[in-house]
Amino acid sequence: MAKKNTDLIMHDKDIRAVKGKARIGEIAAKTLIYIFLTVMAVIVLFPFYWMIISSLKSLEEYRLTVPTFWPKTFHFDNYANAFSTANLATLFKNTVIVGVISTILSLVITVLSAFAFARLEFKGKNVLFAGLLATMMIPGELFTITNYATVSQLGWKSTYTVLIVPFLVSVFYIYLLRQNFLQVPNELYLAAKVDGTKDLKYLWKVMIPLSLPTLISITILKMMGAWNSYIWPRLVANDLAHRLITNGLRNAFQDTSGNTDYPVQMAAVAIVSFPLFLVFLFLRKYIMKGVSRSGIKG
Amino acid sequence: MNAVKDVKVKNKSKSPGGSKNPIVRSFDKWKAWIYLLPAIILLLIFTVWPIINTLRMSMLVNYNPMKAVGGATFKFGFENFTKVVSYPKFKQVLGTTMLLCVTTVPISTMLALIISVCLNAIKPFKRFLQTIFFLPYVTNSIAIGMVFAAMFNIVGSFLGSSNEAIQSAGIINNMLGFFTGNKDFYINWINAGSSYTSNIIVMIIYIVWNALPFKILILLGGLQSVNKQYYEAAKVDGTSRVRTFWRITVPMLSPMIAYVVITGFIGGFKEYSSIVGIFGDSMGPAGDAGRLNTMVGFIYDAIDSNAGRASAAALILFGIILIVTLINLWVSKKRVHY
Repeated sequence: MAKKNTDLIMHDKDIRAVKGKARIGEIAAKTLIYIFLTVMAVIVLFPFYWMIISSLKSLEEYRLTVPTFWPKTFHFDNYANAFSTANLATLFKNTVIVGVISTILSLVITVLSAFAFARLEFKGKNVLFAGLLATMMIPGELFTITNYATVSQLGWKSTYTVLIVPFLVSVFYIYLLRQNFLQVPNELYLAAKVDGTKDLKYLWKVMIPLSLPTLISITILKMMGAWNSYIWPRLVANDLAHRLITNGLRNAFQDTSGNTDYPVQMAAVAIVSFPLFLVFLFLRKYIMKGVSRSGIKG
Repeated sequence: MNAVKDVKVKNKSKSPGGSKNPIVRSFDKWKAWIYLLPAIILLLIFTVWPIINTLRMSMLVNYNPMKAVGGATFKFGFENFTKVVSYPKFKQVLGTTMLLCVTTVPISTMLALIISVCLNAIKPFKRFLQTIFFLPYVTNSIAIGMVFAAMFNIVGSFLGSSNEAIQSAGIINNMLGFFTGNKDFYINWINAGSSYTSNIIVMIIYIVWNALPFKILILLGGLQSVNKQYYEAAKVDGTSRVRTFWRITVPMLSPMIAYVVITGFIGGFKEYSSIVGIFGDSMGPAGDAGRLNTMVGFIYDAIDSNAGRASAAALILFGIILIVTLINLWVSKKRVHY
């Protein structure tokens, strides 16, 4: 009896020892994980940090043999300088015009098409939809060659039209919204029909409010697309009056030799990046949701 | 169930009042097409016609749309393809593109996987760190490319000759100097006279930095949906962390891993603007323009002068992407669990 008792006590001790060891291992592992993640986070953030502090340095300070990690004097005039050097006011205006118009038109087209595919019955619906999805596999460069010739022949080069019209229809957005529309129970639609509600009114009053999160995701991704597009605008509208922000930024600082005025360049880069950060800060949820389903940048 | 539905439909079609079905009436058949009209018109012009036209142009030797409007005719044949493939520049751009693909996709996937697993293992600061790791996604790849260029750039009037005074070797070189203990240490990363290898290293670092957020987003999303019971079972059995990672995490995540690898390869073969971000339109260090040109850059270079050859190159790119995707799908079919 007594022996059994000590056995039990030993057993208990063992368990405590093992548990303690496990806890120490756990703490060590957690510490390592936090150290690793912090190091990675610093690496990820470093370019942003470097952009901001460089944009506030004087050119002399930037060129010091041993770089400083905090500006000695703050030169906010770099920002004013960048605004005029890169013509940022014009670029902002152009980008906003193109971004807003193309987003609105694109939303209208996407909503109408998604509604047709989700709610209406017509011959060849499934074939048409499958065909549309198949075009998503083709790399955009393949379209660009012909589209470049088409817009040249239409005389659209160097206009806002050329920046807006060719990209109004996105098969991916139609697909995304259709999936969302399909989740709205069909009974709602039939009930509205019985009540004599017109399709457009139903779309406006029921479908759109119910799929607002998806529409917001589309809006953000589309606006970001206009902000970040580079290849097509440079190809078809590279004149100062219609140049978009990314293209204009790269154009304003083409000199890659060592003599560039880096603080001003970094200030311009920061000005272009800030709106994106603001959007991200306030609408992170929608961006992440949209992105995780698309796999497409911008 | 189906039978019931059929009866219902039949009943409706028999019912008087003109409409066979509340949805499909004679006008409704047209209505769908009215809703689709704007999308279809635009798709016909900017998506369907380009597919047909690219195939056509690729088969017309040295086709040029402007000359075609002027009445010129072009020979039919495969010469565009053979010309493109035999072009030394094409081999160069294909080499650079493939090199960037096979390096950046595995590195970024592995790194994203480790970061996601770590993020999934912690509670405090998880959301905060998650937000930081997603930040590079919401940036402009040209703009941030310029920041990377500034970090790697040698400042001063460095033109590659040895007797020049370097004012600052750039922050990256300074850090390397600090860690190696040699103050005068520097590598010419991207300036005139830099080596191809150092250019590629800079590109790999930038592309991986850029590719991480999307991969972490997808992989972390996948991890959060893995059933916790597997891990608890492994814990009870005393399985080591490394073994748990390879035997539970990786197999359970394999569909997401396959997804980020496939999209990574597709994006990798279309690499272009990240290079413009760092090197500018010249696609190479000063004095060696076009050295880092990629497939997409090659297509755009020919777009004005020789649309036939550009089309052939675009179709070759499409073919490569298709083959790589199919190989990936085939491999993942064998490897992806469930």
